[in-house]
Amino acid sequence: MSWALFKSLWPYLRRYRLRLALGLGILLVNTAVFVLIPYIIDLAIDDLGQGATLAKLLKYCLLLMATVSARAVLNYYQRLILITVSRLIEFDLRNDLLARLETLSQGFFQKFRTGDLMARAVNDLTAVRNMLGPGIMYSAQAVVLFGYVVTILWHLDWRLTLIAFVPAPFVSLAVQWFGKRIHERFERIQSMFSNLATRVEENLSGLRLVRAYAREPVEEAKFDQLNRDYVQRNLRLVLLSGAFDPLLQFLLGVAYVLVLWFGGRAVLEHRITIGGYAAFNLYMAQMAFPMIAMGYVINLVQRGAASLVRLQELLHQTPDIADGPEADAGIATLRGELEFRHLSFSYNGVPVLRDVNLKIPAGATVALVGPTGSGKSTLVSLLPRLLDTPPGMVLVDGRPIREIPLRVLRSSIGWVPQETFLFSDTLRANIAFGRPEASDAEVEAAADIAGLGRDVADFPEGYQTRVGERGLSLSGGQKQRTALARAVLRQPRILILDDALASVDTITEERILEKLEGVAFRRGGQCTTLLISHRISTVRNADFIAVLEQGRIVEQGTHAELIGRGGAYAGLYEKQLLEEELARVD
Amino acid sequence: MAQEEEALGKAVDRRLIGRLLGYVRPYRWTVVFATIAAALQSATQIVGPYLNKVVIDRYLFPSPDAHNLFGSYLPQDAFRGVATLGVLYLAILGVGFVLDFGQTYAMQWVGQHSMYDLRTQLFAHLQRLPISFFDHNPAGRLVTRVTNDVETLNDTISTALVALFDDVFVLTMIVVVMIRFNWQLSLITVGVLPAIFLATHYFRKAVRESYRRIRILVARINVFLQEHITGMAVVQAFNREEQAYREFEQINKGYCKAWVDAVFAYSVYYPVVEFLSILAVTLILWFGGLKVMHGTLTIGIVFAFIQYTQRFFRPIQDLSDKYNTLQSAMASSERIFKLLDAPLDPVRPAAAVPLGPGRIEFDHVWFAYAGEEWILRDVNFVVEPGSSLAIVGHTGAGKTTMISLLLRFYDVQQGRILLDGVDLRDYDLRQLRQRFGIVLQDPYLFTGTIADNIRMDDAGITEAQVQAAERDANLADFLATLPQGDATALRERGSGLSTGQKQLVNFARALAANPSILILDEATASVDTDTELKIREALNRMLAGRTSILIAHRLSTIQRADLILVLHKGVLREQGTHQELLRQHGIYWRLYRLQYKDQELPAAAGVPQPVVSP
Repeated sequence: MSWALFKSLWPYLRRYRLRLALGLGILLVNTAVFVLIPYIIDLAIDDLGQGATLAKLLKYCLLLMATVSARAVLNYYQRLILITVSRLIEFDLRNDLLARLETLSQGFFQKFRTGDLMARAVNDLTAVRNMLGPGIMYSAQAVVLFGYVVTILWHLDWRLTLIAFVPAPFVSLAVQWFGKRIHERFERIQSMFSNLATRVEENLSGLRLVRAYAREPVEEAKFDQLNRDYVQRNLRLVLLSGAFDPLLQFLLGVAYVLVLWFGGRAVLEHRITIGGYAAFNLYMAQMAFPMIAMGYVINLVQRGAASLVRLQELLHQTPDIADGPEADAGIATLRGELEFRHLSFSYNGVPVLRDVNLKIPAGATVALVGPTGSGKSTLVSLLPRLLDTPPGMVLVDGRPIREIPLRVLRSSIGWVPQETFLFSDTLRANIAFGRPEASDAEVEAAADIAGLGRDVADFPEGYQTRVGERGLSLSGGQKQRTALARAVLRQPRILILDDALASVDTITEERILEKLEGVAFRRGGQCTTLLISHRISTVRNADFIAVLEQGRIVEQGTHAELIGRGGAYAGLYEKQLLEEELARVD
Repeated sequence: MAQEEEALGKAVDRRLIGRLLGYVRPYRWTVVFATIAAALQSATQIVGPYLNKVVIDRYLFPSPDAHNLFGSYLPQDAFRGVATLGVLYLAILGVGFVLDFGQTYAMQWVGQHSMYDLRTQLFAHLQRLPISFFDHNPAGRLVTRVTNDVETLNDTISTALVALFDDVFVLTMIVVVMIRFNWQLSLITVGVLPAIFLATHYFRKAVRESYRRIRILVARINVFLQEHITGMAVVQAFNREEQAYREFEQINKGYCKAWVDAVFAYSVYYPVVEFLSILAVTLILWFGGLKVMHGTLTIGIVFAFIQYTQRFFRPIQDLSDKYNTLQSAMASSERIFKLLDAPLDPVRPAAAVPLGPGRIEFDHVWFAYAGEEWILRDVNFVVEPGSSLAIVGHTGAGKTTMISLLLRFYDVQQGRILLDGVDLRDYDLRQLRQRFGIVLQDPYLFTGTIADNIRMDDAGITEAQVQAAERDANLADFLATLPQGDATALRERGSGLSTGQKQLVNFARALAANPSILILDEATASVDTDTELKIREALNRMLAGRTSILIAHRLSTIQRADLILVLHKGVLREQGTHQELLRQHGIYWRLYRLQYKDQELPAAAGVPQPVVSP
């Protein structure tokens, strides 16, 4: 792990530096107590060989009990302190991750898919925590133990120590050589595994086509190929991983052989005692587990380091939409006049909006229509600054949008997104999402305006009904109306309906729109409304309609004007009308 | 769903294990080999302390009354004896290495091959399950069955099970050797076992409680993150960042706390086990030491006991880990078998039906997806060969359902559908579907090249046919703009193409096999004006001279059809040609009037020839 990477963790480690120091201190003492055990047995066996007394034997046994009791206590604290720290750092990192994500714009969320972000927040975080917890603890323990054992054995007989440790460099070589290759093969298998998953996923998504074209045998053949490759790859990995563990066992066994052979000679030559011979054997056994675990620990650290890089990539994202120096803190309310001025906008290098010019007076209702991908949603996302444009292209109340404090701007906007998004919470919490302090009466009023009131009466627990995962599943229309109520409750100056009622039937939609208008008038007609819809019945009454195609406004005017022109809008009209009118038939 | 994923049952379920063994059976001789190798290998594992005992008792601290298995073969000279035992030990280790590797590879081989079989079976099963099955089972969950669940099983078969055998073999052999050495001392080691089991029992209980909380909280963290990442725009637009952070911190804190509790349990358990194992060593030293002092036991045996005792407890700790692995494997196999047990479509073995001209008849068709909620009620109509049918109706009127029935994605509850006078249920399913060229509403594209998507991997479709299909579907112009033409590889789901372009590829796909019947569920998504024109042109060409059924959204397309059905809430309200329907003054007539009310109205029942705007 590189130093820079480690330094990036320092702020987190620093917070727990006292605990870490204490934990590592205990580890030093604990390991020292651990290596006492073979030493006591060594003494006991020597004495047995020379005709021990009952008192001596008792002394050794009591000593052993004392040692092992101390060891139990120390062991407990060592593990508790060191592993808990890693859990606390995980806690901090996870919180920081969310805090960072909250400051990032939609541009970021387009670049990083939800699945990827989830993987980082869950898997990578786990890998980092494993590196910090067991990773640090076991490697520190192994190093300290190694130091102690070598020192003791050196004092017993340095020549035998050198001989007994002959396999050590081979172990370390094997760990490195195998570790690297196993890791590589494993990575490749992981990617094949996800190919396999993608294949099944695609087959299931295109299920009806596969069946309709009777392509099942071809699909099975394709899957079989991947399945076969996957098995072959796995077996190639097993060739390595299956040899690795036995090899380590073998090398450790060689150390025992050397102790038996050369240690036996040393006893015969009276260089060491029979107890010393036993001690060598017991110390080898103590070293065995940390040595074997070394491969595992190195793997933990390597994975942790790779994951840390991926985490840092998120944690180091600069918040891309925030109040800049140009924000004018004096602005507290908005009138709702909007203007797009020579607006061009690209998304990851692809132009989405091209030279859009549109001025909307406060209180007007403007409809945007056009095919999917024509840039309508992008255009309205610029208003709550979910995306940012170069300065001067979007103006609110005649001022560049960046001069308006983000909080003021966003709290003045009621946004009903195209893809309705509700949270797994009560219905009330979802409606009051933007104003948690709103009274029950206000929530109910907003629900009524959105045409949701009657549905709620049928819900088992009314507004306290939980919705979403593990709750009541709402119909598409109910979800959309909830999202609308959520926006209405904010009493916005600017209301954005991004194809917001597509799942509500035409007649209900018209009723809702009428109510919305009524509310706006009661408030002095000050709510500027931007309406995106595919339905002619929805947009025909707008003050003004703009038709977008490939990011450009190609037509604009009132419904009557556009029908008269016989262009894109008139074509859309023909296509939609049939469906809409059929819905009215009784 | 989450609940299903979380549920953990027993670790040993005989019914499930019996079924799992079925997948191992074809490789049973390999398993036998692996088991023998494992048994021999564990013998090599316990040989070390034994040789130590021999070395000590025979050469280092000779005891005249020590019994040795092969004492008479060993040289008298101590130096040569030690060397001989060293070489012997090395040789045994070498054999152990080979056996260990052989056993691991063999079991992994078995695991991989049986999991290959299982995956193949699962995938094939998915290809044969009725469409209705997929209405209730989200794709994501099914993917998990074929991938992750099988992988969990594999881990168990090839790793956990082998380790389990290994542990059991080693434990048995240690006990056997210890009893042979001295049965009284071996009672000490075995006597500590109940204490270990007790500790393990309490530990497992404590940890299980923590893990239960952890599982719940992990699910909550995942849901929270998933929701807040997907809905981050909503969080931001509604100024909810701080509140969301506080909520998350709460869940996160609970999760951290649950883990710290689990860490506490581990922090108690590991020291306790170590304490007990050293306690056993101390007791052996005490009682063994006493015996040595009385001259009834050799030092070599005491030392061997100490070494064996230390090796005794590791496998026992392992065993409790294996229990967890086994438990999750059982849960996985339960889910897998549930999928495999989902009933397949009843296949009616059919005599091949000769190819007809393509006459379609709906004969008093009733259909419901569930219970009595009829989607189609008593629908009757006939489409003559070579003629075209247009279905008009609002969303949910049952138009798409009619197509699903024709393709036999579902079977009708009452009445029948006939193709060339033969009930659909008497056709071989594949043969039936091959009669149709289909464009579904959602223009789905697979990974691969554009040509692959048109050909649908049907090797029988020639290059020339693909090109003809591209021309007829009005796709050729677009392909010409791509450097690699129709050999261009599509990114995920054709993300590089516009909606309109995807539709045209789907048109070409339907045409490529030159089907006698064309079914077209027109996409509702609007496209830009240029593409719209292309699609209309293509449509006109495609319909010419074929039996065709289309669900259309424009009167201008519909009015050219030979037969028009007006479907409303599952009931066929009107049928006839454009002219006939206008004369009926019904729904169709009202629609038609509405559409053109901004223009000059045609005379009420006269023969209308309106100017259709392109």
